[in-house]
Amino acid sequence: MSTHILWLIGRRLAAAVLTLLIVSVVIFAITAILPGDSAQQILGQFATPEQIEALRQQLGLNQPAIVRYLDWFGGLLSGNLGESMTNNMPVTELLQGRLGNTLMLALVTSVVSVPVALLLGITAAIYRGGRLDKCLSTLTLALVAVPEFLVATLAVLIFAVKLRWFSALSYASDVTSPLAFIRTYTLPVMTLCFVIVAQMARMTRAAVVDQLDSSYAEMARLKGLGNLRIALVHALPNAVGPIANAIALSLSYLFGGVVIVETIFNYPGIASLMVDAVTNRDIALVQACTMLFCSGYLLLVLIADVSAILSNPRLRTR
Amino acid sequence: MTELLHVKNLRVNARGGAGEIEIVRNVSFSLGKGEVLALIGESGSGKTTIALSLLGYARHGCRIAGGEIWVDGTDVLSLDDKTLQQWRGHRIAYIAQSAAAAFNPSKRLLDQVIESALLHGVGSRAELERKAVELFRDLALPNPETIGQRYPHQVSGGQLQRLMAAMALIADPLLVILDEPTTALDVTTQVEVLQTFRDAVKRRNATAVYVSHDLAVVAQMADHIVVLNGGEIREHNRTERILHHADDAYTRSLLGAARPHGKPKAVTRLPAEAEPLLSIKGLIAGYGKPDSLGLPASRILEDIELELRPGQAIGIIGESGSGKSTLARVVAGLLPAARGKVRFRGEELPGQLSQRSAEQFRRIQLVFQNADTALNPMHTVGTLLGRPLKAYFGLTGKAQRQRVLELLDQVRLPHTLIDRKPGALSGGQKQRVNLARALAAKPDLILCDEVTSALDTVVGAAILDLLAELRRELGLAYLFISHDISSVRALCDDVVVMYQGHQVQTGSTSALLEPPAHPYTDLLVRSVPELRQGWLEENRDLARLELPALDDYQDNGELCTFLDRCPKRINGLCNSTAPGRKTLSSGSVTLCHLDEEAMLPLLPVLAQPSAQEPRLYKVNG
Repeated sequence: MSTHILWLIGRRLAAAVLTLLIVSVVIFAITAILPGDSAQQILGQFATPEQIEALRQQLGLNQPAIVRYLDWFGGLLSGNLGESMTNNMPVTELLQGRLGNTLMLALVTSVVSVPVALLLGITAAIYRGGRLDKCLSTLTLALVAVPEFLVATLAVLIFAVKLRWFSALSYASDVTSPLAFIRTYTLPVMTLCFVIVAQMARMTRAAVVDQLDSSYAEMARLKGLGNLRIALVHALPNAVGPIANAIALSLSYLFGGVVIVETIFNYPGIASLMVDAVTNRDIALVQACTMLFCSGYLLLVLIADVSAILSNPRLRTR
Repeated sequence: MTELLHVKNLRVNARGGAGEIEIVRNVSFSLGKGEVLALIGESGSGKTTIALSLLGYARHGCRIAGGEIWVDGTDVLSLDDKTLQQWRGHRIAYIAQSAAAAFNPSKRLLDQVIESALLHGVGSRAELERKAVELFRDLALPNPETIGQRYPHQVSGGQLQRLMAAMALIADPLLVILDEPTTALDVTTQVEVLQTFRDAVKRRNATAVYVSHDLAVVAQMADHIVVLNGGEIREHNRTERILHHADDAYTRSLLGAARPHGKPKAVTRLPAEAEPLLSIKGLIAGYGKPDSLGLPASRILEDIELELRPGQAIGIIGESGSGKSTLARVVAGLLPAARGKVRFRGEELPGQLSQRSAEQFRRIQLVFQNADTALNPMHTVGTLLGRPLKAYFGLTGKAQRQRVLELLDQVRLPHTLIDRKPGALSGGQKQRVNLARALAAKPDLILCDEVTSALDTVVGAAILDLLAELRRELGLAYLFISHDISSVRALCDDVVVMYQGHQVQTGSTSALLEPPAHPYTDLLVRSVPELRQGWLEENRDLARLELPALDDYQDNGELCTFLDRCPKRINGLCNSTAPGRKTLSSGSVTLCHLDEEAMLPLLPVLAQPSAQEPRLYKVNG
């Protein structure tokens, strides 16, 4: 790997860190502006102003914003995300259990959805304009349009209630055998795949079709190459950049955007934790979750950028 | 002689708005083994469509509607998809117009060169790689052993074009189709590529179909010429007959447009003491972040000196990357100069558009190369021309319409076009509207950036005539940027020759075309193919110039930019000191160490072409 690539990647990394820093300021500012604070939330609406004031003093909420930010940010760096006010336990501890669950769900969903999406997208691109392409296009469009709670509810109704193949609720702690794993994960993973496969497949098709329209693809045809070879050997390597970005975008949704699926299947992930934290004005927890989502998103985009750089000889060899 | 290719009643249709339109109508021709046939015509003539049909291929939206194409006793159009795939790249090979776009950017060159032959079972990978290296050597590519390991962006345009020829020839095809293979190249590169193509074709006794719009290029390559217009054959004959005794009126008009427009126009010399309209002194400009001295990271223009008097036309000529368009951007206010002064009508011209006065803004107008993108497709011609009238002169309503009609008269367009949108106009008409929009401001100076380059030869020639007339009528001054010597010659009094940001020669148009001249000017002028057979043979030296050896040197950015290609460079002088400006006896100013005698061509000057064989100064495009 040349120093040039390391330099490019280093720059992306620096940009990601800077973005995260800015995000931390924004998150802190927004949570500070929100009406009501932890003191008020803990004591309830019948508390006297004196009581609230006393608790604020105790929690350090009366200090200037900049001091509180630096305090929080310092804790962030040392791995101390603060104390969850409503649960009375460290945020790290709360996250620990949930993060594993979320990552597991995201991982399983990615492993299933990415190959399927690539297969569908590339197939549609090869048979562009044909019947297969039109079918796939209609199907994916329909899937994008159907809200996920409907998919999830129908899936539960059919596979859990009627056919009794899988359980309607997914307790991650139940997983003890491969069979239990399948019973737990099939329905939520299927629901999530419905949502993101369609998007990724459409983006993949567009990226590959774009390359198939280029002069070099026509040249490959005039050299006597078959459709499959043109798409896989010639078009695909040049479409890695846009496809990787489409995948990163879809997968980032698996971190924070899966509230509905987590709720329906009662799956203990981070998304539902954050929703609870917002309702409870549990500021430290909200801040930690948001930072986590942002880091996950930036990490995925970084990976996509790096694969785009590595797939492009113009950037790779200089 | 055995017949290899026979095309019979070929018809190709395109799907249009209502049903199908015939874009190739009943085209028939045949070609013997070892011969080269040229398909020539303007854009829309169907030449590329026919060439692609020979591979049994029609572009998206087109369909081969009928006819037969016999290659070596087989009707290509009757083959099924599988067999056709076997034929393509194996028996019939194709060389595309722009090699830069036709090579896959993310695959190594060698893999792409041998890919087709490998799939078609021509040989093993090792055999084919060996053969490819032989071909690379044959086609005069540098480092034939290793060049295949590179990616397309790592080699030059001329080299890519030759690599594509290697890709076509590696399977020893029966028929090679060359589709405008040199059109995208600079003129000095074109000569080299033409030379190697011609040698390769001759040595292999290959049969070839050569598609081009450039008669002078075709005259060097082809035995037969088929002239196409609107999808039909106008004339088909041997090359010498077409060049000297064309039967068809359309062929004669093509020949006429390809020839230079008589002698350079006798220009009414303005008194030298007239105050210059535009004067540029010591201009340095470029792109990228300025350093501590305020000089840009990438310097494009280096020490430009120019004086343009009212009503004068100066041509700026050079290859791609020479900095000619950057110069126009500086004058137009799109790029601030890093150093030097630009004065207009005696006043200093601010570098930023925002600091220029409305009056300066009005007096300098820019006309772009591509009228398609310069005109808003949603507006009518009336609106397009009305807006500058309102902005500069506050004209509205009836007065505005009156002036729009006058403008249409000035650019010789009928009044009926006023309500049309650009989409309903032809290429030439669009460029006229583009010009009229500049004229609406009643400018003193028009910057013309490659205004005829995107047009067909005949249409382009008409625009040049219009520019010349407008100049006489309105006393306009032009800064005419072009890569095409013949159009500069037809329009301009003076010429500036640019090479990689240096102004290598400045002088009157007639002085430019005759030696002594800067070695680059000399190469540029001599590289333009002439409209006669045998020119390429006579100018073999142009393709393989012997360069005097140089000791190792350090380029501090001051040395002559032409040093690495100059056939007359002097060791110890050119590679150690920066060249200075020198005035020749012809009045031209050159940027070169050589004295006048040394600038004369190494070889005896070719006999001046006779009246029947006029020189053609056509760079490309």
